[in-house]
Amino acid sequence: MYVYSRRRRRKIERSERGRKMGIRFILMVNKQGQTRLAQYYEWLTLEERRALEGEIVRKCLARNDQQCSFVEHRNYKIVYRRYASLFFMVGVDDDENELAILEFIHLLVETMDKHFGNVCELDIMFHLEKAHFMLEEMVMNGCIVETSKANILSPIQLMDKAH
Amino acid sequence: MNSIFSGTRLRDMIRSIRACKTAAEERGVVRKECADIRASINENDPHDRHRNLAKLMFIHMLGYPTHFGQMECLKLIASPGFPEKRIGYLGLMLLLDERQEVLMLVTNSLKQDLNHTNQYVVGLALCALGNICSAEMARDLAPEVERLIQFRDPNIRKKAALCSTRIVRKVPDLAENFINAASSLLKEKHHGVLITGVQLCYELCTINDEALEYFRKKCTEGLIKTLRDITNSAYQPEYDVAGITDPFLHIRLLKLLRVLGHGDADASDLMTDILAQVATKTESNKNAGNAVLYECVETIMAIEDTSSLRVLAINILGRFLSNRDNNIRYVALNMLMKAIAFDDQAVQRHRVTILECVKDPDASIRKRALELVSLLVNENNVKQLTKELIDYLEISDEDFKEDLSAKICSIVEKFSPEKIWYIDQMLKVLSEAGKFVKDDVWHALIVVISNASELHGYTVRALYKAVLTYSEQETLVRVAIWCIGEYGDLLVNNVGMLGIEDPITVTESDAVDVVEDAITRHNSDMTTKAMALVALLKLSSRFPSISERIKDIIVKQKGSLLLEMQQRAIEFNSIVDRHKNIRPSLVERMPVLDEATFNVRRAGSLPASVSTMAKPSVSIPNGVAAAPLVDLLDLGSDDIMAAPSSSGADFLQDLLGVDLGSSSAQSGATPGPKAGADLLMDILSIGTPSPAQNNTSSVDLLSTPGINKNPSNALDTLSSPALPHIATTASAGGMFDLLDGLTPSPSKEATNGPAYPPIVAYESSTLKIEFTFSKSSGNPQETNVQATFINLSPNTFTDFIFQAAVPKFLQLHLDPASSNTLPASGNITQNLRVTNSQHGKKSLVMRMRIGYKVNGKDVLEEGQINNFPRGL
Repeated sequence: MYVYSRRRRRKIERSERGRKMGIRFILMVNKQGQTRLAQYYEWLTLEERRALEGEIVRKCLARNDQQCSFVEHRNYKIVYRRYASLFFMVGVDDDENELAILEFIHLLVETMDKHFGNVCELDIMFHLEKAHFMLEEMVMNGCIVETSKANILSPIQLMDKAH
Repeated sequence: MNSIFSGTRLRDMIRSIRACKTAAEERGVVRKECADIRASINENDPHDRHRNLAKLMFIHMLGYPTHFGQMECLKLIASPGFPEKRIGYLGLMLLLDERQEVLMLVTNSLKQDLNHTNQYVVGLALCALGNICSAEMARDLAPEVERLIQFRDPNIRKKAALCSTRIVRKVPDLAENFINAASSLLKEKHHGVLITGVQLCYELCTINDEALEYFRKKCTEGLIKTLRDITNSAYQPEYDVAGITDPFLHIRLLKLLRVLGHGDADASDLMTDILAQVATKTESNKNAGNAVLYECVETIMAIEDTSSLRVLAINILGRFLSNRDNNIRYVALNMLMKAIAFDDQAVQRHRVTILECVKDPDASIRKRALELVSLLVNENNVKQLTKELIDYLEISDEDFKEDLSAKICSIVEKFSPEKIWYIDQMLKVLSEAGKFVKDDVWHALIVVISNASELHGYTVRALYKAVLTYSEQETLVRVAIWCIGEYGDLLVNNVGMLGIEDPITVTESDAVDVVEDAITRHNSDMTTKAMALVALLKLSSRFPSISERIKDIIVKQKGSLLLEMQQRAIEFNSIVDRHKNIRPSLVERMPVLDEATFNVRRAGSLPASVSTMAKPSVSIPNGVAAAPLVDLLDLGSDDIMAAPSSSGADFLQDLLGVDLGSSSAQSGATPGPKAGADLLMDILSIGTPSPAQNNTSSVDLLSTPGINKNPSNALDTLSSPALPHIATTASAGGMFDLLDGLTPSPSKEATNGPAYPPIVAYESSTLKIEFTFSKSSGNPQETNVQATFINLSPNTFTDFIFQAAVPKFLQLHLDPASSNTLPASGNITQNLRVTNSQHGKKSLVMRMRIGYKVNGKDVLEEGQINNFPRGL
């Protein structure tokens, strides 16, 4: 029974690997390469995640400001942008619009800025839940849900008030 | 334990983790926290759950296992309060995945929450479902989600729409149920609902053809109107990004239009105007505008031919390409690769700019540009582009050289107009980036060199000059020493000078210096050293005047720590030392390597088999010489393949064409002090009056089927065609010398059929077998063979019996022989019928054994026949 279900799971996995799904993961990493937020929209084992994050961070952090914001890694394209000491990295499929993702990162940062007021690494560390809630309002299953900052933040503010 | 003391606050945990200086310290803190959380979970205090899960999420983010908290998520989700549910669902999305059985337990809670009266709870459930639902859950909960797409609050509608994309992706059969709901979403005004609705439609179009047709018919015009409205809309502060209203929505709409227009001229026609408007009116001085333009260009290229739009698109890409922003240049390169498919000329115009991008300091741009350049290459511009790339190879970063050299090699191989140019370019690549070149590339180069007989002299001189300067490039050294070994005489005597060459003076000992350098350098690898050793053996015959010095170098290798080198050194030494009379023929130049065979093999499509050995165009005047020799020289690669041996060993064997792999086996089987030299003695003792004795030692090896099943070593291709050649020269030259001047007598009297010449299948000092062929009419697979046995000895053979064995793909039928007594200088005949089930693919091959009595004494002779004419 167990074996069967595992095999079936693998089948599901295989059938979905080929499917394009937009954003595959979002990472926030500090200058030292420590992950501060990680949200995956596809399933990876813990070991795979650690390895992937390590490789990506090494690649992106080694690049300078003049270089472009796109790095190809395995079958991902990493779109990253640096804000002060924090790197925002988004892993997307090959045929995703890189410039749009760059714009999305900016939207994400602006939204967080609006909530936290000039967001920094510590805000995200100590308010990990809230950062995730914001992300939840913006991205679902690798697709963009909402692009208006007010709409993204209103449920969060509402809940904060209720608390 | 009281829960107040059972652990730290979340903040304190984060602080202590932040304070950790080393990874080990962090692990310690996390371990302790995990232990506390476990203890707290066991206490089952509902007040701690929220905090425990928050901690676990943090620990999970750091990359530590947190499976023990999964049940806590479910408990939190099942609790009535909103804050608990919220963190519970978040934990569910982060800590669990669709693969876990635990997830099934949450289906019921999800169902309840989807029907909850509080719309925020519904939102949470939709979000969780949309992120992690499995196929089973998708089936169970699809009706709820379908209903929620029509919910009054737009925030729920948009989440339900994206949740549906996941559901239809998991269970494509459900797609039909969502088509109507999705099309109604496209009429919305709320941007969130619109963008999610467009994404749902896109998903439906990609998985369901009916949906695609439906949206194409019903929604194309509506979508175009929506796009026009947004493009022309007045300033909307909430959605404005650098003067563009909601670029994200723009992009999603363009993406959906792309799917609708692709392959449908009518739909494409409808959207021409709006695409032209977007392409011309969008501001391109900010990233947001460029993102929209980029998407628009992609859509223009994907929809059906509207050539005026494409000109517009190419122009936009041209502008992008000359932009100073690296991001823009990157996407331009990316898109030009797609543009090449329909307008090669337009992309060619940007060639110079693209070539500049190959030299960009940014690795991402270089990579894209290189891909693009390799698509741009054609017969007309190959020389110019290759020159540019090779010039750049000289100055490029070390870590880019591998990619770059691989691309250059593939371009050169594919488009090379002439051999001399190919050789020149490859030499340049090897000189600059020989370290990074893959094996098959330099193997191919050797094959080409071998085929270009008029360029042998030129090549070996060019290589000699190159290797003096770039001696650290391993593959260059290998090719150089191979060529020096083969064509050393051409190097020294300046044979075949081309007009473009400067004459150089190379003495014999200069040439040997290069090889000696390669063999003695400590960082040469085994393959290079082995090749150098073979080259030395060959040079010892090409340069008789300094063969003493060469011998000294070979002798030094007797002390090599590598067993192969040691053994070969001993054997080669004895060839140089004691067998001067056969040496020239033993180390003759390699026959021309069969380019076609190599290419096919390289592509990996040809099952390597014995047939490749018999196939090449090398003429084989007298085929098999004698049984042991056949075994030693011919079956070599089979045995090598069967027994794992180091690559260097393969090399040596292959290049010399001598079967060293089986030699070790054989020398093991033959007890004797001079194990290594034993083989050599076997080779050389052929034709001595005691063949029977020699046979016995090799009978075992003969009984293994001689089919090479493993083509893994690309290099054996190089050698395979050489094997029969060595057999030939060895027997024609050396062996017959030993046999007191007995020369091979080509069969002149044989009656030949029009298609297939007769062959001498076997010849020993006492016996010669000739085969003549005829095809039976009607069945091309069947061949009739008449074997004629000729007694070369002065004695009468009695009880003569001929036996033959064939591989499985052949069927053999033997008729009785005309007699079983073979008088001195007389002959008998026997008919064979062979059916080749692989006719046209594989050639015939046969093993045979002949037994007879001479003066009452049993004699056994064996051999393999590989020289059947092709196509039997």
